[in-house]
Amino acid sequence: MSLELKIRKDFGGFVLDLELSAGQETLALLGGSGCGKSMTLRCIAGVVTPDEGYIILNGRTLFDSKKRINLPPQKRLVGLLFQNYALFPNMTVEQNITAGIRGKFSRDEKRRQCREIMEKFYLTPLAAHRPAQLSGGQQQRVALARILISQPEILLLDEPFSALDSYLRWELEQELMRVLQDFPGTSILVSHNRDEVYRISDRVAVILDGRVDCCAPKQELFSTPPTYQSALLTGCKNFSRVRRLDERHVEALDWGATLTCSLPLDETVCYIGLRPHFAHLTDGPGENVVPCRVLQVIDNLTDIIVILATPGGDSGHSQLYLRFKRADWQPYADAQTVSLRLDPSSLLPLHAGAIPLEGAE
Amino acid sequence: MFDSLLPAVSQLITDWYPLFNSLRIAAISTVTVFFLGILAAYYIARLPRLLKGVLDVVLTLPMVLPPTVVGFFLLMLLGNRRPLGAWLLETFGIQVVMTWYSAIFASAVVAFPLMYRTARGAFESVDPTLRYSGQTLGLSNTYIFWRITMPACRQGILAGTVLAFARGLGEFGATSMIAGYIPGRTNTISTTVYNLWQTGQDELAMKWVLVNLAISAVVLLAVNMLERRDFLPTTRVKRPKRSEEVA
Repeated sequence: MSLELKIRKDFGGFVLDLELSAGQETLALLGGSGCGKSMTLRCIAGVVTPDEGYIILNGRTLFDSKKRINLPPQKRLVGLLFQNYALFPNMTVEQNITAGIRGKFSRDEKRRQCREIMEKFYLTPLAAHRPAQLSGGQQQRVALARILISQPEILLLDEPFSALDSYLRWELEQELMRVLQDFPGTSILVSHNRDEVYRISDRVAVILDGRVDCCAPKQELFSTPPTYQSALLTGCKNFSRVRRLDERHVEALDWGATLTCSLPLDETVCYIGLRPHFAHLTDGPGENVVPCRVLQVIDNLTDIIVILATPGGDSGHSQLYLRFKRADWQPYADAQTVSLRLDPSSLLPLHAGAIPLEGAE
Repeated sequence: MFDSLLPAVSQLITDWYPLFNSLRIAAISTVTVFFLGILAAYYIARLPRLLKGVLDVVLTLPMVLPPTVVGFFLLMLLGNRRPLGAWLLETFGIQVVMTWYSAIFASAVVAFPLMYRTARGAFESVDPTLRYSGQTLGLSNTYIFWRITMPACRQGILAGTVLAFARGLGEFGATSMIAGYIPGRTNTISTTVYNLWQTGQDELAMKWVLVNLAISAVVLLAVNMLERRDFLPTTRVKRPKRSEEVA
């Protein structure tokens, strides 16, 4: 059970150029809107044809520009769940699902298969409804049932929850995870929501500007993101350009401080990142202590957001965006300046990834 | 009894010939244009932009040209001494000008752009993900066209058909050039109205004007009633709007 792909397509101004492989797992494509993740799914499904490259699913070549192979979407056995579910508006739930059955079966057999899957997705009472009469969650269940009945070899999920409100989201996410666990093949999830990606997927590929920025198992990616972009997407808010001093020390140019880092620093490190929760307030000087000026204090629902100016300045990357527990911040409530201790283990050494260095601002 | 009825019936047919003739011309040209327009719209919507633009202009021209210019072109093509017309006359013995069916050409050419443009607009407004999802589910393109795309743009196509019918029924300029005005043989409602008015028979002309108004009203009413019979039996639930991502 595997998918191998290397594709390139020029959309005139935007170039999709990426290489991915996935086994029997759920691979998430994480990236901002317009980065090409949905287009990648469409290329795999065959409704969009890449300019060059190859797509191989379970040993079957779906597309190969060199061998001039381009299977029509009908023959690819790919299940693609669209963002808007793409249910046929003129058909009932039952007709929609029946339309997904491949192969020649008798009418009775088709009905039996359809009834079976409707039962599984709690759709039986809705069999005669049209898509316009269904809620977003029900529509998604119909779309999933319709895809599964067509017995695809791979599941492609394009932002499956973006059309739903947050309450429904949670419920459907549980349902989708159940489906993914039962599904015997590869699944690819496209999303811009890091929480969703972390909960659902096994491995994450960060997509940036049509290219793969980095790809790693999810725990690894979320604990130590290797690139600027992956750190940004996994919730890191503070970055400084750095000059490497040695294996453990950098000069944080934007923050105006020399810092010790417990993760090894190689030659190519160009940023250092700090998550908003990982700074401590301290009283005295010491290793990794940075004196800061308080710019703004925002009372948040669950914690306190503090914006600080570092010795490096008070704008752009020199600002720090941090969050403290209410009790931790209390003693400093009226302070103009504070001393921050940045734990060496919480500093993330980052590489440029798919974007060039000057894209920092 | 029967002998006296026959002349009465033939008189009736002669009297109402323009109505009968107009209706059959409009009906035949509408059916022709229905299929040609949909076919053209479906395939042209898929072409590369430049070719699409060129074909679009060519196919829409009859809509903006004066009908007399269309009639002139048709005569140049189909006239008895013109290449196509002469060939048809010699090979099949068919004369395509100055007969009742000549007007079908005129009506069809003039009505075609209306069908084509409305159908194309309808096709382009259909969410492409419907087609995509159909394809990935293994449905044939023919199935997708007839069972998904067509129903989804039913309203646009219906509107185009009605417009084409109305336009075909009212065609005057090109029709009078290619079919002429031969009472009881090629006259339609519109050419009859013109001739009656020219010969000072205003009251008779008014009769045909009213007939035409009645037909148009019936057609429009029929459309309104058809449009109300929507997919949903009872209530319409609006689907929430979704922003579709570009890439």
